[in-house]
Amino acid sequence: MNNPYLPDAYKILDIKKETQIDYTFKIAYEGALVGGQFMEISIPGVGEAPISICNYDDSSLEMTIRKVGNLTDQIFNLEKGDTLYMRGPYGNGFNLDHYRGKDVVFIAGGTGLAPIRKTIDHFVNNPDEVKNLEVLIGFKSPKDRLFIDDIDRWSEKNCVTVTVDQGDDSWTGKTGLITTHIDKLDLTNISEKIAVVVGPPIMMKFMLFELIKKGFKEKNIWVSFERKMSCGIGKCGHCKIDETYVCLEGPVFNYTTAKALID
Amino acid sequence: MGYKLSPLAFDYYLKALRNTYRIFAPVLQKGKGKFAGTDVISYGEINSLDDIMLDRKSYFSPKEVLYPIRETLFYFLNDETKAPAINVKPILILVRPCDLNGIGKLDRVFLNNGQEVDFYYARRRELIKFAMIECVEGFDTCFCVSMDSNVANNYDMAVRFDEDNITVKVVDKSLITKDLTHADTAIFEPAFIQENKVKVTIPEVDLVTKKTFDHELWEEYTSRCIACGRCNTSCITCSCYTMQDIKLSDDKKIGERRRVWAGCHIDGFTNMAGGHNFRKKNGEKMRFKTMHKINDFYKRFNEHMCVGCGRCDDVCPEYISFSKCINKLNAIVREETLHE
Ligand SMILES: Cc1cc2nc3c(=O)[nH]c(=O)nc-3n(C[C@H](O)[C@H](O)[C@H](O)COP(=O)(O)OP(=O)(O)OC[C@H]3O[C@@H](n4cnc5c(N)ncnc54)[C@H](O)[C@@H]3O)c2cc1C
Ligand code: SF4
Ligand code: SF4
Ligand code: FES
Repeated sequence: MNNPYLPDAYKILDIKKETQIDYTFKIAYEGALVGGQFMEISIPGVGEAPISICNYDDSSLEMTIRKVGNLTDQIFNLEKGDTLYMRGPYGNGFNLDHYRGKDVVFIAGGTGLAPIRKTIDHFVNNPDEVKNLEVLIGFKSPKDRLFIDDIDRWSEKNCVTVTVDQGDDSWTGKTGLITTHIDKLDLTNISEKIAVVVGPPIMMKFMLFELIKKGFKEKNIWVSFERKMSCGIGKCGHCKIDETYVCLEGPVFNYTTAKALID
Repeated sequence: MGYKLSPLAFDYYLKALRNTYRIFAPVLQKGKGKFAGTDVISYGEINSLDDIMLDRKSYFSPKEVLYPIRETLFYFLNDETKAPAINVKPILILVRPCDLNGIGKLDRVFLNNGQEVDFYYARRRELIKFAMIECVEGFDTCFCVSMDSNVANNYDMAVRFDEDNITVKVVDKSLITKDLTHADTAIFEPAFIQENKVKVTIPEVDLVTKKTFDHELWEEYTSRCIACGRCNTSCITCSCYTMQDIKLSDDKKIGERRRVWAGCHIDGFTNMAGGHNFRKKNGEKMRFKTMHKINDFYKRFNEHMCVGCGRCDDVCPEYISFSKCINKLNAIVREETLHE
């Protein structure tokens, strides 16, 4: 009998410091993945946690991890060449077919950029697959910015807006809450435009409210949820909302489904 | 096949079965009750008829026999992980029909929900056979009839306990020992309770709306429920758990990952890193549990989760009654539907 709880050891190929508290871990991995899926990663004896896959190729995957507690503190002590335990991938991830041929805006708050990074990258690299591509990203401050090189590369040919809640002396970019920048998007085609929104619960709440107010159609909005998860496989019950298991049917939901879910 | 046995003959039969099976039944645990000096009835391994406690309902359900409160998932040593071996001697559990149906609900989650089968549950489940205790009277808080779980047919054996004899119907031939072939045969079909003192009406699944979720009914439970989680731990159908890692040595990589029962009524069940949690008020927790038991589980599996064993009513220190909650909810839903 297969034991889905047993994790395997994987080698850390590289560690990139994005911010003081967010590191991207590149891990040797072969297997089919979809951007927005997650892995249960662990250090035996310390703990296990769900982490989004933010990038992958044929022989590796990347995860950007924020140092917030027990397990993530210990992960930050690991070095290149060390092993990390993983099981997965879990969840549905972003289905590219929902965005192909469309006018799409990806909206991310803070670490919410991690789960959609790969999907944005795909459309930046395959511009013919979408009608129009825009990206709107909000960070708390300039020093909280993630994937700076990627964002620069995306900005070369696309409309990418980065805003910070609070600037500093050297910041020359945009400031203000992410919701205040919706007006700067190309809204000419709003009833057809697709929005993909990922971020902390409070940002999602206000962003969705604003998008609907502006005229986005509910069925054209996609979100990714974060919930407490222990198992990732529909058994532990922590991620359940009504009859929906976020780990199984999510974390990516169409807003028409998401709005009906009551925690 | 049916057989009629004297208590003594039944004990010989149990003894013979114990060669092949570990037998679990409700037993009295002396001094382990809620208050000092009181007893509690829970499931335990038995040797003889005298060990079986039948005149009161068990405080804890039989679920811990197939789903332990705390279970090691695997040990690790350096880079190796290894699931612990378990006692593979087959198990026979004496259960009432409600609990037998309740185990069917655990099966839905552990065996059928999602793509994966729960390895740990499945390997114990395979060892288990059921001896159903005929139950025609029930207890004060039971509402199994309303929940359609008074009748169960998937038993391997059924047992009727009378004052001076015990009648068994054996479905699984491997449970027939020579002690039975020497006994009197009898024609025996277990009867089932047809009416409980407590009755509930489940609101029609599709009539429960967002309005029902927002109803002030739940506020009442915010002021009454203390989030102790006893209703979860005693419930035959509650199956949630949390992982826990334990390190046995700092320098060497030796330790284990466990899972322990968790409950949606207990604070912290939905806490995420960063401190965000989704159901702070205890009334919201009550609402979540209620909907799971009698509304959303149905949407997923086409059967209600709650089997009406009434244990959550028995164990609640705040005297919160789940059956009353269901009936109040039904009245509210009817009211709401009338005003549409
Ligand atoms: C689908 C999904 C995808 C995710 N993707 C990512 C990702 O890509 N990158 C990422 O960094 N994270 C991601 N997360 C979040 C990540 O799983 C958590 O940050 C991780 O579980 C933290 O584990 P820890 O052991 O380090 O923290 P813990 O030690 O469990 O907790 C850390 C923090 O939470 C607080 N906390 C914990 N328990 C409580 C409590 N009971 N009450 C109040 N506060 C409490 C602590 O004070 C502490 O500050 C994702 C989560 C999900 C569900
Ligand atoms: S919810 Fe209460 S009555 Fe229903 S199965 Fe659980 S303990 Fe029994
Ligand atoms: S047993 Fe009663 S008080 Fe305790 S969590 Fe359940 S409903 Fe609340
Ligand atoms: S994470 Fe355990 S059920 Fe979804």
